[in-house]
Amino acid sequence: MSYELIGITVLWIFLYGYLIVASIDFGAGFFAYYAKITKQDHIINKLISRYLSPVWEVTNVFFVFFFVGLVGFFPDAAYYYGQTLLIPGSIAIVLLAIRGSFYAFENYGSKKSSTYMFLYGATGLLIPASLSTALTISEGGFIEESNGQVRLLTQELLTSPYSWSVVFLAIVSVLFISAAFLTFYANRANDKPALELMRKYTLFWSSPTIIASLTTFIAMSQHNQRHFENMLDLWWMFGLSVAFFLGALLFIYQQKRYGLAFIMVMFQFFFAFFGYGAGHLPYLLDPFITIESSVVNDTMGLALVIAFIAGLFLLIPSLILLMRMFLFDADYVKGKK
Amino acid sequence: MMEFDSVIMSRMLTSLTLAFHIIFATVGVGIPVMVSIAEFIGIKKKDAHYTLLARRWTRGFVITVAVGVVTGTAIGLQLSLLWPSFMQVAGNVISLPLFLETFAFFFEAIFLGAYLYTWDRFKNPIYHWLLSIPVVIGSSMSAFFITTVNAFMNTPQGFELEGRTITSIDPLAAMFNPATPTKVFHVISSSYLTSAAILAAITAFYIIKKKATPYHKKALKLTMMATFIFAVTTAVAGDLSAKFLAKEQPEKLAAAEWHFETEKGADLILFGTLNEENEVENAIRIPNALSFLAHGSFDSEVTGLDKIEEDVTPPLWIHYMFDLMVMLGMYAMGVSFLYIVLSKLKRWNENNKWLLWLIVLNGPFAMLAIEFGWIFAEVGRQPWILRGYMKVAEGATTSPHVDWMFLLFLGLYILLGVFCVTVLRKLFRNNPVELELEQRYPNISNRGDDE
Ligand code: HDD
Ligand code: HEM
Ligand code: HEM
Repeated sequence: MSYELIGITVLWIFLYGYLIVASIDFGAGFFAYYAKITKQDHIINKLISRYLSPVWEVTNVFFVFFFVGLVGFFPDAAYYYGQTLLIPGSIAIVLLAIRGSFYAFENYGSKKSSTYMFLYGATGLLIPASLSTALTISEGGFIEESNGQVRLLTQELLTSPYSWSVVFLAIVSVLFISAAFLTFYANRANDKPALELMRKYTLFWSSPTIIASLTTFIAMSQHNQRHFENMLDLWWMFGLSVAFFLGALLFIYQQKRYGLAFIMVMFQFFFAFFGYGAGHLPYLLDPFITIESSVVNDTMGLALVIAFIAGLFLLIPSLILLMRMFLFDADYVKGKK
Repeated sequence: MMEFDSVIMSRMLTSLTLAFHIIFATVGVGIPVMVSIAEFIGIKKKDAHYTLLARRWTRGFVITVAVGVVTGTAIGLQLSLLWPSFMQVAGNVISLPLFLETFAFFFEAIFLGAYLYTWDRFKNPIYHWLLSIPVVIGSSMSAFFITTVNAFMNTPQGFELEGRTITSIDPLAAMFNPATPTKVFHVISSSYLTSAAILAAITAFYIIKKKATPYHKKALKLTMMATFIFAVTTAVAGDLSAKFLAKEQPEKLAAAEWHFETEKGADLILFGTLNEENEVENAIRIPNALSFLAHGSFDSEVTGLDKIEEDVTPPLWIHYMFDLMVMLGMYAMGVSFLYIVLSKLKRWNENNKWLLWLIVLNGPFAMLAIEFGWIFAEVGRQPWILRGYMKVAEGATTSPHVDWMFLLFLGLYILLGVFCVTVLRKLFRNNPVELELEQRYPNISNRGDDE
């Protein structure tokens, strides 16, 4: 395999990892706030903070890993995206910063102020929305290169149906993934009221998820014909995605196998995300850079791949340890430790 | 003019973010070491005071980590957003340590989560202590990796540049460039020093305001010993850094020392002012000391600014940054030495109010030394972003909106700073040591009169 394919695969896997773990986190923020204003916070907030507090920093590192890796494997991407994403990127950083500091408050603040809960909930929806603009821009049509200068066409971006359908999809997916995970976690914790509530949320957010996926598909066909047709060629991946979605929904509806149901949700997004990504190739930024044209030199490519493999040997055992301590340690989950 | 503006604004925004991040990064590197030492002593001596110390430090640490992580994420993204052309080149040559750094973060983050939430989960406390080791390794390694990148900017190597194409790349040579050893040593050592000094300052402040309980006396003794040891290693590392500069980056040393003429037996100039003819006035001169600092012997020759072309001479005001950093370093060494001497002499009381106030000052002073040191190192590299290859102005973004982003981030950092201080104060005020000792370790005495 060539370095550009290895590179983009590694990055895409990490972005997928971020999509899952961050969605759980972002969605939880929204649910925590929603539960507070509907006076149901006593039911779920303890559950949420027990799971999220130990892992939020790990979630953030997934994101850092992605953008550092992108610059490493595809230095030209730093140039094009860097030049154009200054404003959306900065806004995303500020939102992430507000959210990150929430955890410090959450753990040690004397009482939870409602402004802060509001920010926590709101950032949970705004961050996915602002990060998803990077994917929208990568489709092309929003960047102009004239006399050696690259700039973002903000007007086009804000009025494009495609761009808004992506934002909508990002938000509802976050809520769906998060609700499905928290259903599973509540079940492990044997917390009946929380389980009931989260199960209701999961079922509720499932239909917007599927509607948003369809609208994005249609908007894509208007915006980037090439990408759309590539995706049609990969129809089986999207077919599998829908099948896993239905399977997950069935289990949750029948109130059984919540763990398996969440794994099916993960597969649902795995196939959709990789189908989307594979259709996007070879472009990193349509039509300016492809993975071949922007890939780093071979020496550095090899060094990064070696570093990556060595890093995995360190990370995977540590991650397993963390999961055994917090996710699969039944006593911890139930709040006895 | 447009382009000029975005360069200035990019520099200001980068400086702002780094100056803020470095505060939290420094304690992020140093405090895990202090926590690990305290917990270890607690286990060895079976002294719950030390265990509680580790526990309480960790709790404050979590809050500074949160700010460190979010500002670090900001600077990581800003490097691409503000310096796209620089990152395009850097990505080809120096992305290896940046990439490795994220693994160090991962490692640290995983074990920090495990460390925080498992204080009472193990029968044998040594297992819990073992969890602190990967945190120490992870944070010090992340300092190591990012510092190699900064070293590379000062003495780039491991590639060849022909026009805009880069060839003959050697990632390891780029990472282990001539600046790496001294820089890494100095940065890590000064982080340990600063963290110890800040923890000592907080303890001393408490003793002044309330009273000297055995818990606080032990804390002060431990942190002051650490301050002294790390002050000595930092000074050694600083001396090595100066010798490195004399050899590889003479213009930075010459500008920092206001050394205009190349000569043997050069004097060291402390503070002072420059008149219109660039002559030094009002300064303290230490004969031949600069030659010693630069090459280790009093009559060696030191390159002066006369050998450096005018358009690549760094700004001369970095002289003050250098002097202030060194002074504050000497202060840290002096205060901790005084404390240790007084505690050995039976006749004297090391918990005397005057000395305690000097220790309180030492905390903020050490952090200031870090800031001055970085400003000296970064401004001393001007006008280069990659010394000899790329100037700062060629690396910057051309986006016209950086000024608004500057205001946005200024607001964010003010908010984060205020928030961090408020939460830390609340945290310790609502949960005083006495109470926690009684609850967790009811059979240990902490009255001040039982020694
Ligand atoms: C507590 C902090 C602290 C203290 C007490 C000192 N330094 Fe320092 N110094 C730093 C913190 C620092 C730093 C923040 O870590 C810097 C900035 C960039 C770097 O590599 O380290 C630095 C840079 C730096 C450099 C520039 C290195 C370069 O640009 O490559 C020199 C020559 C020295 N220092 C020398 C000294 C000397 C002779 C000291 C005498 C005691 C000293 N420092 C104390
Ligand atoms: C990838 C590594 C780095 C890059 C690309 C970088 C780049 C820059 C640039 C372009 C400036 C502005 C220069 C100027 O305004 O004079 C700057 C300044 C500064 N940098 Fe670095 N730097 C890096 C590493 C570091 C590190 C590791 C630190 C430590 C925290 C640091 C601390 C500073 C400080 C404090 C300033 C402000 C100096 C001033 O007032 O100009 N830098 N850096
Ligand atoms: C250009 C300079 C720098 C960049 C690009 C940078 C980047 C980052 C990033 C992306 C994070 C967040 C990582 C996470 O998500 O956990 C971070 C945190 C951190 N950085 Fe920086 N950093 C810089 C300078 C420094 C320096 C000079 C040091 C040490 C001397 C340092 C030490 C740390 C540490 C220890 C953390 C972990 C947070 C903590 O424990 O407080 N960084 N940095």
